[in-house]
Amino acid sequence: MALRFEVLGRFNRARAARLTLPHFTCQTPLFMPVGTQGTIKGLTTDQLETIGCQIILGNTYHLELRPGSQLIDDLGGLHKFMNWKRALLTDSGGFQMVSLLHLADITEEGVTFQSPVDGKPMLLTPEESINIQNNIGADIIMALDDVVKTTITGPRIEEAMYRTLRWIDRCIAAHKKPDVQNLFGIVQGGLDPVLRDICVRGLVERNLPGYAIGGLAGGEDKDSFWRVVAQCTAGLPEDKPRYVMGVGYPLDIVVCSALGADMYDCVYPTRTARFGSALVPEGVLKLKQNAMATDERPIDPSCPCMVCKNYTRAYLHCLVTKDPMGSQLLSYHNLSFMARLSRDLHMSILEGRFPEFVRGFLRVQVCLALQSLFYHI
Amino acid sequence: MRFAVTKVCASGAKARAGLLQIGSSGVETPALLLSTRKGLPAFMSPDLLSSLPLPDSLLLNVCPTHFIEVPPSKTISNIGGLHRMLGLPDHILVAAAGESTECLPSSDATNKFGASFETPAGRKLVKPSDYMELISCLQPNLWASLADEVPAWVNEKRNKTSVERTLRWLDACIALDAASGRNSLGVVVGGSSIEQRKLCATEVSKRNVSGFWIGGFGLGESVEERCSLLNAVTDCLPLEKPRIVSRLGLPEEVLEGVASGIDLFDSTYIYQLTMGGFALIFPIDMVEREMQNGVFDSSAGDSAKINLRATTYRKDMSRIVDGCTCFTCQNHTRAYLNHLINVHEMLAQILLEIHNTHHYLRFFRSIREAIKAGEFDIFWKQFVENRRSQIAAAAIRE
Repeated sequence: MALRFEVLGRFNRARAARLTLPHFTCQTPLFMPVGTQGTIKGLTTDQLETIGCQIILGNTYHLELRPGSQLIDDLGGLHKFMNWKRALLTDSGGFQMVSLLHLADITEEGVTFQSPVDGKPMLLTPEESINIQNNIGADIIMALDDVVKTTITGPRIEEAMYRTLRWIDRCIAAHKKPDVQNLFGIVQGGLDPVLRDICVRGLVERNLPGYAIGGLAGGEDKDSFWRVVAQCTAGLPEDKPRYVMGVGYPLDIVVCSALGADMYDCVYPTRTARFGSALVPEGVLKLKQNAMATDERPIDPSCPCMVCKNYTRAYLHCLVTKDPMGSQLLSYHNLSFMARLSRDLHMSILEGRFPEFVRGFLRVQVCLALQSLFYHI
Repeated sequence: MRFAVTKVCASGAKARAGLLQIGSSGVETPALLLSTRKGLPAFMSPDLLSSLPLPDSLLLNVCPTHFIEVPPSKTISNIGGLHRMLGLPDHILVAAAGESTECLPSSDATNKFGASFETPAGRKLVKPSDYMELISCLQPNLWASLADEVPAWVNEKRNKTSVERTLRWLDACIALDAASGRNSLGVVVGGSSIEQRKLCATEVSKRNVSGFWIGGFGLGESVEERCSLLNAVTDCLPLEKPRIVSRLGLPEEVLEGVASGIDLFDSTYIYQLTMGGFALIFPIDMVEREMQNGVFDSSAGDSAKINLRATTYRKDMSRIVDGCTCFTCQNHTRAYLNHLINVHEMLAQILLEIHNTHHYLRFFRSIREAIKAGEFDIFWKQFVENRRSQIAAAAIRE
């Protein structure tokens, strides 16, 4: 175990905690931006620090492809390679099974991908995934799990859940640096509460430093989504971090935090920025819309970030989807928004005003969003 | 705007050092105008821009025709003009109508009513009245008049027409300007004809302009022609007003321009280097030149720049330039840049634009130093000789 997790404040199931990792001491709940190929698209490490990012993600599959985890290790690890001084988390490559499924073949041994770069077959076993992640050197590494889409039904889900438990043992055995890298297990089981329960118990038995709730955020309805999260957080240990993978939308983060989750990751804030959408308290502001061309307000008057302090919607409207600067400025704002959301969640729980925060958050999202249908916000 | 020549090279050479003062900002010349898209550098947001040397990095070239569609003029005025809209209140913004990446002069379609440009939104015809409407709501610190720039291969008649139109439009722009040309830069064209160039320069000098924008270069003339054309122009211009030339970007071209009496340079050289994955490494001063001699591996680039895409940099943990104080060199390695370029990540261009701009601004600084020390001729000669010997050495190695 290479982390310390201290709960500093609570409200019902929600917790504000201090997560001490080898490279950085974080405050949870927190959102982790995704830097797939060893960079957050369009932002420097300096800017990420200014914004307040605490942990960023790197992707095992992509980094192994280019530049290669051995090269990263030879050059001193990913922290040194990209010059990021805070915490890193690498995922196992498992998600690519779902997102690149037509290129993947899953067996007990592992997953065979056909590389989209050069067509060569690549076999990702639990051992290989952990080996690659050991080379990359992130503070938190993820077990290779057998991920299935929640929209799939039938025996495949049960197969995947049991395989995930068998694979966690292989991951644990293969892990060479448990003193500096924390291996998180991932709870699978689709939308089936019985399967989820078996998986939770199985992982908890292995006494891992932290746990993730996987297999969600893939198109299932919200009602099923939060029930699974609620069930898992109820069964996972209190004194270890819980990470809901692939989440996401600010509303989902608030709900999951209320249910007792601590960490989140998603490409949404940065990806939607590149498509011209800014995150605002009311929801989403689509800067490409014609109405924005004459709108002299900042994206969000309440946002203290560099973009909102300097730029109008009208000017950003010219840039978005046309110039790289548009992507950069919007990504900067969106990640600032997510960092502020994380801070607000942590502080409101800590200071005993979590319910007020959630009510305020929902009021703006739901009521003002409805208002904007009738008037221009 | 105030401009003063502070030092002229002795022995009949025309290179000069100067000081350009606008508002509370003063910039020494010869200097570089940084190129922009819609007012901001292509990849450096203002927080990154502010890490570049000051006051050198305050000078930006802005193309008004980038704003021809959006935002509407009224919105720009309401926001408070360019400086407010771009979040760059202290910068010196110099506007000119055509540029080399997103607003190319389309001389075939230009007619007596206006200048035509190829833009991402299609071909646009810009009349003096359209142009001045943009200028009045953008409120740049300096603006070049609307001109008819033609490539070097047009016939005599077309070239003559371009000069006539450019002068007519200059007068039209000044007439439409609320400040009657106080911040204007008269554009000098004339293609490859020494006669037309001289005529245009002489005529523009008669107008009430604050300086001169020398256009029409970098459009097909030969390097030899250019030198004599440029000198023909500067010989006809008054000494006490600043001269800007566009599309002369290479170090050797800059040195030639300085020798002809040019004060400010506008080019997309840095942008093109950046897009190609190149990083400037040429030694800035004599000490650096000596250090570089004999230790350069030419397999990936030449002694002026390296192509960070090349596999030789995959594991190179050194900085682009040892001792460079730019953000990129202080924080990142050639290996990381190599990776970013090869996986097509935007951060590659951001980091390269920072370094290349920083490096080039240092080059301009060393030019100014040489002029002030009365050593520009030596500086120029050594620079060119050093380049020649590097290229020769590389050729021998191969």
